[in-house]
Amino acid sequence: MMTERIILEKKQFQLTIDRLCYQLIENHNDFSETALVGMQPRGILLSRRIKARLEELTGIQNILYGELDIAFYRDDFRRGNELILPNELKIHFSMSNKKIVLIDDVLYTGRTIRSALDAITDFGRPDKVELLVLIDRLYSRQLPIQADYKGLTVDTRANDKVKVQWKEQHKKDVVYILPVQEK
Amino acid sequence: MRKFSQKHLLGIKEISTQDIELVFETADNFKSIINRPIKKVPSLRDVTIANIFFENSTRTRISFELAQKRLSADIINFSASSSSVSKGETLIDTVKNILAMKVDMVVMRHPAPGACQFLSRHIPASIVNAGDGTHEHPTQALLDAYSIRERLGSVKGKKIVIVGDITHSRVALSNIFCLQKLGAEVMVCGPSTLIPRHIESLGVKVETNLMKALEWCDVANMLRIQLERQDMKYFPSLREYSMLYGLDKERLDRLNKEIVVMHPGPINRGVEITSDVADSKHSIILDQVENGVAVRMAVMFLLAGQQA
Repeated sequence: MMTERIILEKKQFQLTIDRLCYQLIENHNDFSETALVGMQPRGILLSRRIKARLEELTGIQNILYGELDIAFYRDDFRRGNELILPNELKIHFSMSNKKIVLIDDVLYTGRTIRSALDAITDFGRPDKVELLVLIDRLYSRQLPIQADYKGLTVDTRANDKVKVQWKEQHKKDVVYILPVQEK
Repeated sequence: MRKFSQKHLLGIKEISTQDIELVFETADNFKSIINRPIKKVPSLRDVTIANIFFENSTRTRISFELAQKRLSADIINFSASSSSVSKGETLIDTVKNILAMKVDMVVMRHPAPGACQFLSRHIPASIVNAGDGTHEHPTQALLDAYSIRERLGSVKGKKIVIVGDITHSRVALSNIFCLQKLGAEVMVCGPSTLIPRHIESLGVKVETNLMKALEWCDVANMLRIQLERQDMKYFPSLREYSMLYGLDKERLDRLNKEIVVMHPGPINRGVEITSDVADSKHSIILDQVENGVAVRMAVMFLLAGQQA
């Protein structure tokens, strides 16, 4: 029997999002030079939530916001069995001279972020790129990439799956670890 | 997991409606890429594609080449006129030699119907048919349907008439298959000498009066008269053809509705379509060309993505 272990939910979940927002406010002042960029497909629910909460907290209504898809930049194209399909990409601004905050739900091997860094250069030369993740999985990086803002750091085994579910899709906000049984 | 059902794109007949929709959705992404300042993605940087053209082409070839470059593929171009084909080499030998140089995908145009099908049985690389004789021209049909979808929101339920030389047109055949798979009604219109017998068996309507066809349709796809494929006279003169089947402003004005005008190119201005119509707001001819690059990027991306 697989047993899932809940690591983040309810009030704690909301507090974590709030803390991430306050950290962003601390570093980005009035957000005039900043753009929030959610990563398709799973990071966009977090980035939309962060954007909405930031607007609530600061009263700033026009924070630059985009959603980035990295399907065409992945390093495992033609190397797996599954066809990689793109998601919608919504970047309607130049990233030149901006501070970009990349937002994704889980940081694992770091390969997605590497692809995203490649993709970003096709939209201009940003002044700075930061990374915000809800869950940071320890000891699993395959590339030298670290997050600047972390919701929760967890220690997982390589085979475990970390699942993030959102109110918008699954009726409640919850993060749990799904251990994969060894045969 | 969604996937493209075929290893090759030989014709529209072989692919499913889901495949066509997958191409369209992928092409949407590429369309936004080719409209931004940096129009290139690194997806196919380890893929080598050979463009083998045994027949003349400007638009299709440039479109494929541009699509490949925007995907960062390495490409080699080969045209029959400047090659060993004129020294008597067979098709299989020519292509096998090219593949021996480690080519992953072949884009081929050939005057013989079925040439791509034939080749696909003999070589391991993916093949994209860029037109085989009077048989099929699948990427043209995909970009035509994509352009209709873009202009009218959807292809389903729309009425499309294909006007002109149906007998010698690979565009017509691929378009019929593609539009029908997407749920459109298709009519062919032209002089009876240029409409193949029994074409009704494909489920298309047949009309020899252009005005009646235009009154019926939402979209008119005007084809070129393929003089190079006509071995005999099918109509008395180009002038007469143009009088009876040429689309001009006067005919469009007589309709009490707006229709979309398409043309796969190259246009013979003043024959199948007059300049004022070709350059009017009804015409999506240049949109078709732009969409051609995005659709071809999508096709090659999907085919390359499944060969690990």
